[in-house]
Amino acid sequence: MALGLSVIFGVVRVVNFAHGEMMTVAMYLTLVLVSALKLDPLVLLAPIAAVLFVFGYLLQLGLINPFINRPEHSQFMLLVAVALVLVNAQLIVFGPDAQGIRTAYSFDSFQLGPLIVDAAKVYAAAAALVVAGALFAFFRFTLLGKSIRACADNYQGALVVGLNVKRLYALTFGLGAACVGAAGAMLMVVIDVTPTLGPAYTLLAFVIVITGGLGSMPGALLGGLLIGLTEALGGVLFVPSAKSMFAFALLVLVLLFRPQGILGKKTS
Amino acid sequence: MKRRQFSKALAAVGTFSLVNPVGIVRAQPRSLKVGVLLPRSGVQAGIGQDCHRGVQVAAGVLKELGLPALEVMNGDTESNVDVARARAERLISEGAQLLVGAFDSGQTTAIAQVAEQRGIPLVINIAAAPPITEQGYKFVFRNFPTAPMILGDAFANQLEVFSAAGAAPKSCVFMHVNDTFGVAMQKGFTGVMSKFTMPYKVVDTIAYDPAARDLSVEVAKAKASGAEALIMVSRLNDAILITRELVKQRWSPMAVLSMGPGWYEDQYLKTLGKLSDGPLSFVPWYDPNKKLSKQLEGAHRKAFPDINLNTNHIYTFEALLVAADAFKRAGSTDPKALADAIRATDIKDNVSTGPGIQFNAKGQNDKLKNSAIQNRGGKLVAVAPKAASNAKPELPMRPYDKR
Amino acid sequence: MRLLEGVPRRGLILLAALLVCLIAFPLFASGYLLAVGFLILYYAYVGQAWNVMMGFAGQLSLGHSLYVGLGAYAAAALYVHFGVSPWIGLGASIVLCALAGAVIGLLAFRFGVSGVYFAILTIAFAEFARIGFDHFAWVRGSSGLFLPVANYTENDLWNLRGSPVMFYYLMLALTAGAFVLCHALLRSRMGYYWRAIREDPDAAQSLGVNTFRYKMVAVVLSAAMTSLAGVVFAFYYNNLFPEQIFHISRSIELILGPIIGGIGTLVGPLVGALLITGLAEGMRELMLQLGIDVPGVKQVFYGLCLLLVVMFLPDGVWPAIARRLRLHA
Repeated sequence: MALGLSVIFGVVRVVNFAHGEMMTVAMYLTLVLVSALKLDPLVLLAPIAAVLFVFGYLLQLGLINPFINRPEHSQFMLLVAVALVLVNAQLIVFGPDAQGIRTAYSFDSFQLGPLIVDAAKVYAAAAALVVAGALFAFFRFTLLGKSIRACADNYQGALVVGLNVKRLYALTFGLGAACVGAAGAMLMVVIDVTPTLGPAYTLLAFVIVITGGLGSMPGALLGGLLIGLTEALGGVLFVPSAKSMFAFALLVLVLLFRPQGILGKKTS
Repeated sequence: MKRRQFSKALAAVGTFSLVNPVGIVRAQPRSLKVGVLLPRSGVQAGIGQDCHRGVQVAAGVLKELGLPALEVMNGDTESNVDVARARAERLISEGAQLLVGAFDSGQTTAIAQVAEQRGIPLVINIAAAPPITEQGYKFVFRNFPTAPMILGDAFANQLEVFSAAGAAPKSCVFMHVNDTFGVAMQKGFTGVMSKFTMPYKVVDTIAYDPAARDLSVEVAKAKASGAEALIMVSRLNDAILITRELVKQRWSPMAVLSMGPGWYEDQYLKTLGKLSDGPLSFVPWYDPNKKLSKQLEGAHRKAFPDINLNTNHIYTFEALLVAADAFKRAGSTDPKALADAIRATDIKDNVSTGPGIQFNAKGQNDKLKNSAIQNRGGKLVAVAPKAASNAKPELPMRPYDKR
Repeated sequence: MRLLEGVPRRGLILLAALLVCLIAFPLFASGYLLAVGFLILYYAYVGQAWNVMMGFAGQLSLGHSLYVGLGAYAAAALYVHFGVSPWIGLGASIVLCALAGAVIGLLAFRFGVSGVYFAILTIAFAEFARIGFDHFAWVRGSSGLFLPVANYTENDLWNLRGSPVMFYYLMLALTAGAFVLCHALLRSRMGYYWRAIREDPDAAQSLGVNTFRYKMVAVVLSAAMTSLAGVVFAFYYNNLFPEQIFHISRSIELILGPIIGGIGTLVGPLVGALLITGLAEGMRELMLQLGIDVPGVKQVFYGLCLLLVVMFLPDGVWPAIARRLRLHA
């Protein structure tokens, strides 16, 4: 989830304010596919990521591309409008009630000494690591991945070398969306989906990505870990209902002292 | 140049609005125009649309009762106070002679002011914040218990349940959602509890964020307190999350005592299947033995076969019942006469638990009682108070790992 | 009157005509139109306040609900607890919001947080305040702060208790005041500095403009202006919930107007507020006429309209209108 945002911002430099909403799309897709095919959501991860990839690719090519060189507030408006349409379209199609799926391991947990670990979360986390690993390998070792990184590092340079930047951007946005799709499929194992779930997740993804470093993939993972830990500690030591405050406090600190994020690269 | 042109444009728009006033249409004398305001989209869409089912069933039942027809005009508040207020004004200018709404306390307060200023009666279906009927309003009526009323009845019904089941927890942990309703309940909790001799002690109080997506820490904290039972004030999504965590963290409390929504809702029963059995909810409910309850149940089952009749449907229906009854007695659509008629309401044959519908000087029905209900095999049974029950309570709850 | 210099006389006349129309509006409007009129003016005003920061000085804030909320809570809490008139309470609101703005600005600009990061920082502060106020017992936390409502037999301007008409005029006065203030600001030396900073902060700095100071002024001024809207909001709706007023969706709502209308222009926020509110209400009417009673449909069309506007009118509606009109003139 956070990875998706990181990929998109890192290369395309568009802040995706429809991120959470795209994730609920993936979650509903999971829901529909799971009930139709009776398969495990984690098995469906790849096809759902593929569908979201196409969605992201088209969204970028059709809507966002003309906005690449426009000011931030303009991009922001565009994605807010996209988010509004997505949320309410889901409300119309799926209704307002929370819907979930049950898997064989929904209620399982492992006991490790005094610790009880949630099985669904462990499987989801494992899947997340696999996706992250794959993405990392893609950017590191394939030609396509390298050219995308070239675009991110030096837009004009990439143009000069003859890369099709427009197509690469769409590809990147698609990749980011695919991450979101994968995240949606994973989350479906852990929580229920409602149409209004999106905005909260957009915000959460931002907090995580910025803490870790916009545009840095290991940063997104680290940020997720840090925010999770901060919230858990805040919940244990203080009022649980105020635990998100600690996450935001951490975000503010990171923004002030290391605005590029903990693992982010400095950009001019 | 720029400025002049802009002025021209704006002036044009201004005059357009002026020459396009909205005419007030007078209703036919045979029916009453009722504007129903519910949050049917936005964050509260689930509950708003559920309340709307009560509206859909009402027409048929009211007709069977021989009450005059209501012409329902729907308004969606979009879970937003600005919209709630503008919609209320819009419905009134379209000719609504009475308003019903609006589930959420904030939106209801906004609508109540419009109703009061325009002299149009408002019958609140659901909204538990006490201040709404403490403002000295003349046109605002509430047939729903306030948070302190819900609490008092909850303790009374718990005692009844414990003695009927022959079992009671000795210690509890109190978990509540940190929103309007949750905090109102939490504040009243200790004070109201001290008026009863409860068999249990509250060993810990845990508040959690209404938007929380993960409650593992909270449940772990509750489990670590070593309490025998769980007292809950929650919403739907968190009720489901908490139940899952209970199962995963292998903690089966002897009882879950919920004083709010969530634990009895259809979505809860459907999502959790056999794991949904057992929790007791102490909530505004209906008396299954009343004649009108059976009638409403029948109509509801016909319209929505997959959905259990619940608080949202009942109180929205009763708000419309109050409207139709007052209209019949007033014999006119004049808002003032309607308000007077509502104030004199005395409906004995109703649905909700308690002696019936009457309003005190503040416009509050203070005679309402709550029920205790329990989830059993995907259905809901009423277990207390005795007069309004149709089953015996089952306590302790069957452990989650033995189902 | 230096303020009027260079403003064409016919423009002034038309502006006065508009003002007269707006003043006369409540005489003709139904309660519904009045409520919509109030909303338009409300959004025009906060849009104008936000525009000072974004449109003039180029600092993107996505957390303006912070100032609305703080302003509202300060005045309302003083009124509820001590019976302090909102006219005195708004002093506290202004000071509080100006301070909040100053702190955020100080932190952000001293540490060199800018662009998207600055926007996220403003969201973080607003969210921080939302959760904080949920736990702030003095203002009743998340159970909401209710203001006592007397019967509206007469308008009590001193305590801001009264009919929607009174609030309409109050909002009109604020909006007109903000318009004049922004006009004056844009023509002042500071206005030129702001625009220089917006266009190119580095160039402005190298030309000797104290960018830090002027950005600070913009943030503080914008925060203080926004706080007044909060005060009116509190006394108009008479109840405050942190979940409502500090919510990020509020911040987004209030900046749609100026973005649609035209960022950085004086008239943009007005046109934008009119369009946004008008569009939302118009959509509802359209759905009603078509007999569509499906919750959510209206928002889908509303979203699509916004989409079309940002796609085809990147600078907002007002510059396009102005351009078109000039061609004909």
